[in-house]
Amino acid sequence: MTHVGPVGHAAIYRYDDFDRRFVQERVNQFRDQADRRLAGELTEDEFKPLRLMNGLYLQLHAYMLRVAIPYGVLSSPQLRALAEIGRKYDKGYGHFTTRQNLQFNWIKLEEAADALQALADVDMHAIQTSGNCVRNVTTDQFAGVAADEAEDPRVYAEILRQWSSLHPEFSYLPRKFKIAITGSPNDRAAIKLHDVGLRVLRDPAGSGKLGAEVWVGGGQGRAPFVAKLGRAFVPEEDLLAYLEAILRVYNAYGRRDNMQKARIKILVHELGITEFLRRVDEEFERLKGPRYRLDEAVVADIRRHFAPVPYDADGGATPVLSGDEATAFARWRAANVVDTRAPGYVAVTLSLKPAGGIPGDMTSDQMDAVADLADKHSFSEIRVTHAQNLVLPYVRAAELADVWRALDKLKLAEPNIGLTGDIIACPGLDYCSLANARSIPLAQAISEKFADPARQADIGELHVKISGCINACGHHHVGHIGILGVDKKGAETYQITLGGRADLDAAIGEIAGPAVDAEQVPAVIEKIIEIYLRERSPGERFVDAVARLGVKHFKESLRAAD
Amino acid sequence: MPLIEQGEIVADAWVEVADDAALPAEGGAIISLARRIAEAETLRGRNQPLGVRIPPATRAEALAEHLDGVQLVVVDFPKFRDGRGFTVARDLKERFGFKGVVRAVGHVLPDQYGFLVRCGVDQVVIPEGAKVETWRAALDSFTGAYQTSVGDDRPLSPLKRLLNKAG
Ligand code: SF4
Repeated sequence: MTHVGPVGHAAIYRYDDFDRRFVQERVNQFRDQADRRLAGELTEDEFKPLRLMNGLYLQLHAYMLRVAIPYGVLSSPQLRALAEIGRKYDKGYGHFTTRQNLQFNWIKLEEAADALQALADVDMHAIQTSGNCVRNVTTDQFAGVAADEAEDPRVYAEILRQWSSLHPEFSYLPRKFKIAITGSPNDRAAIKLHDVGLRVLRDPAGSGKLGAEVWVGGGQGRAPFVAKLGRAFVPEEDLLAYLEAILRVYNAYGRRDNMQKARIKILVHELGITEFLRRVDEEFERLKGPRYRLDEAVVADIRRHFAPVPYDADGGATPVLSGDEATAFARWRAANVVDTRAPGYVAVTLSLKPAGGIPGDMTSDQMDAVADLADKHSFSEIRVTHAQNLVLPYVRAAELADVWRALDKLKLAEPNIGLTGDIIACPGLDYCSLANARSIPLAQAISEKFADPARQADIGELHVKISGCINACGHHHVGHIGILGVDKKGAETYQITLGGRADLDAAIGEIAGPAVDAEQVPAVIEKIIEIYLRERSPGERFVDAVARLGVKHFKESLRAAD
Repeated sequence: MPLIEQGEIVADAWVEVADDAALPAEGGAIISLARRIAEAETLRGRNQPLGVRIPPATRAEALAEHLDGVQLVVVDFPKFRDGRGFTVARDLKERFGFKGVVRAVGHVLPDQYGFLVRCGVDQVVIPEGAKVETWRAALDSFTGAYQTSVGDDRPLSPLKRLLNKAG
């Protein structure tokens, strides 16, 4: 085995021999399963749950391999390995998803185990990126650097990654189970839209203890729900016991008769939060104790992996450019760069949303180049955002012009982060067998229409999200503008919703009018934006204007404009 | 159908008895939970091994008060995707301190064998003609785990543990 693993200063969890052996054993196990399938010893029905727990889906045209990027943190050698896998086993690219994962869409079953081996060689895997188990835990892309962060969520995200890996009791749940975690008052991880959402904080009652606020029963899909509060504070030492209790109640009582009703949000809804929590508390009282206690020493040990990178005392000031470059650079600085808690250091978001491009797609060559940039400018570390972009988390402000020019050459400097062109789209009918309609061509058409960066800057923060069906992988429910592919007598049509949001004030969007054809969607969005521009108060964001004016107002104005 | 324990075929000394059939005079009999409850008095007098089969939707606590004199509990997996039985087995051993044998029947896959054992299942009924080597190999695929298991796993830390088989 040619083991590389993460190198450099990246603040990333480094595997020990135990972790490495575990992942290697997993690869060996999968190789055996794939061989048995190829030899006809396993039926497709029996193989399905096994391959799914290794992230291998059967799509419309080929197998898709979904690689876990735990809580969205990558080192540069890992990104290079992903580039190489893309070259060798896919068509020279990969696709970043809304769950901080990476998908390869053209995998052959015969080569899947080799691809997993290539991942294992750099301490990566595809464990539990699908299947009815606890999925890859997601978090804030600015974890550990955000200026507003109270506590570092990565430590707990890694603990949850370990604890949930091949859990003997909870690998055949009624349905998939997603946990998101944040450590910041401004939720960038959408914790209220997950099966369980955690906010790391100090005991609000003042004991000084670290722990988490626990939300439960949120989710998107056919029946969207904003999560309900489970407990305002669970101390760190009891965190695993409390999660075991939630999962045990879910495993025992979650519905298995109807896949559409099998998520925990439906159980919480049908039992009512009070009864649900009563059952959880009953389990929790029993589980609390030495067997499930999260030891302080373990937390401290994992915390060491996330120690701050060796920053300079000051990363300097943003250079001032002149001439042709000045406006473009300033626009990019405003949209794609945020200050961090380290003086003079900024986090740079790389847009994977070029006008007319496929959201989240990246070529292997781009990945290699970004890995080089991370080595040079960001302590060899890269983050993946749930909006399908990448982040260099530790850039000296003084080097911003160099970074910008390099990214611009790579076509990764579109100044549109959080703006109209930063569209989230699921794979849709181009890849997904469940889709009613295509998502990607629509995203391309909309980003083309709003390609002008000055116009995007004027419109301001606006999240457009597209799903090809009600499963909502493109998070349309929480798009400021949500677009959902629906099937109308076999034709691809789209329903548009307004006012959804994924932050701590999470809300589900409301339908803005009758469904429209694909060709009409960009024009309808343009009209919606025109109404906003006309009626916004100074400085008022799109989503706030929708909240103030009401979706009904937009609906009526749209009808009047027809 | 073959029965395995610790990756080896073992003889099945038990018979399943329908609710309306008479219990055999000698040897282990597996009866339904309903019968175990309904005929508690009569069963007390029978000095032969007793097993109880619990339906898939039933939690272990339904059996908790009726475990006295029971040496075998049969847990039903209607489909391999239905993971309720893992919780039932674990509850039986961890919560109710059941010292007898837990047997899994129904539709389970070799690749679930390790999980079953770690949740406290001792025996599995496998399909006729299944390769026992595949089941044994599944049991040995992992030498470590990140969670506690029923039985004697050896903690390296509260998260990382060596499994029984690791030499
Ligand atoms: S939202 Fe529907 S179409 Fe899009 S990826 Fe998910 S299942 Fe497929």
